[in-house]
Amino acid sequence: MVAVLDDSDLRRRAWEAASTVVDPEIPVLTIADLGVLREVEVHDSRVEVAITPTYSGCPAMNMIALEIELALERAGIGRPTVRTVLSPAWTTDWMSEEGRNKLREYGIAPPQASGSRRALFGEQQVACPQCGSVNTEVLSEFGSTSCKALWRCKNCREPFDYFKCH
Amino acid sequence: MTAGNISVSETPLVLYTLRRADDALILGHRLSEWCGHAPMLEEDMALANMGLDLLGQARELYSYAAKVEGRDNDEDKFAYLRDVRQYRNLLLLEQPNGDFARTMVRQFFYAAFADLYWRVMMRSTDATLAAIAAKSEKESAYHLRHSSEWIVRLGDGTEESHRRAQEAIDLLWAFTGEMFEVDDSERGLIDAGIAVDPAPLRAQWMKRITGVVAEATLTLPNNGWMQQGGRSGRHSEHLGHLLSELQSMPRTFPGATW
Ligand SMILES: [Zn+2]
Repeated sequence: MVAVLDDSDLRRRAWEAASTVVDPEIPVLTIADLGVLREVEVHDSRVEVAITPTYSGCPAMNMIALEIELALERAGIGRPTVRTVLSPAWTTDWMSEEGRNKLREYGIAPPQASGSRRALFGEQQVACPQCGSVNTEVLSEFGSTSCKALWRCKNCREPFDYFKCH
Repeated sequence: MTAGNISVSETPLVLYTLRRADDALILGHRLSEWCGHAPMLEEDMALANMGLDLLGQARELYSYAAKVEGRDNDEDKFAYLRDVRQYRNLLLLEQPNGDFARTMVRQFFYAAFADLYWRVMMRSTDATLAAIAAKSEKESAYHLRHSSEWIVRLGDGTEESHRRAQEAIDLLWAFTGEMFEVDDSERGLIDAGIAVDPAPLRAQWMKRITGVVAEATLTLPNNGWMQQGGRSGRHSEHLGHLLSELQSMPRTFPGATW
């Protein structure tokens, strides 16, 4: 006899498994922390996972989709369908408070509210994740990955990554 | 064996989507040519990042064009298996990188336009185009800020950087008019609320670039004769060279995977 799980239990287990997948470029953040994991649905015992890309050209998306498939297989749920949704567009405002704290501890300044994005000649104030000083300056709007900018702290002299608001 | 061109059923919506996709792909490819050659490491990363944003936009637009067309074309076939005359991008975007100033002026002219354009397209009655615009708009805002800062640094920098920036403006100005052109194919989509009418954006665009250019102590040429033809496949010689590099692998080894 095979135990029949009801859909809501299957959905919960699938969500738990999918939410363990981490961003390959920032491995302290799960896709749930990031807000990339949007939805898990079950139709006739088939699991469908919806994710949303951070940046249009984010090369991590293929890997994330693959990792979700593997995570669900490992959890004994079987291979899901992974769907990409574009709307509503991902924003850093969806990043969880826990995610922001993890980023800071990892040495990356977390994103500010997305309203600041429009300042043409940026008047952003970003706190150094090492010493907390706001006496910082931008070195480059574009960092090692699409989502990061490169900053420097003028207090402790350490360079650091800033997760850009988006 | 080499792979031949695909044929495309250019209904108005397919053509409209391909034009925007081609813009993103061609400019993205141009920026990727800087990889490893930029004047400093930060700029190498910035140009590659912006190229990646544009490539991502192109992929989404090509995929949508394929869906709308409903034949067996896909994003790769659109990118790799159309020749120069089948490409629909703006002439501005295929112009060679030149020096860093020329690349920045090209980027600035386009980003100032794209930023306005995507923001209007977010209200398109076509849900997919609106969604693509909502993502692209966030990216173009950074591209505009980056290039605006460089225009000021170059123009208001040394005598040499000022001269180069001014030369780039004078050279590329004639390609800016095409951004605001509309043909009959697009007119119907504009009336249906699907496509963006670029004509009303022209005044806003002028205001934006005039402000930055003035701060950079540079000058804009008087509006003169403007180049066009890219939207209907009449390109400068530069696009052929770009495509031969972009397409050489899939043309030479059709269907190759790795
Ligand atoms: Zn510090």
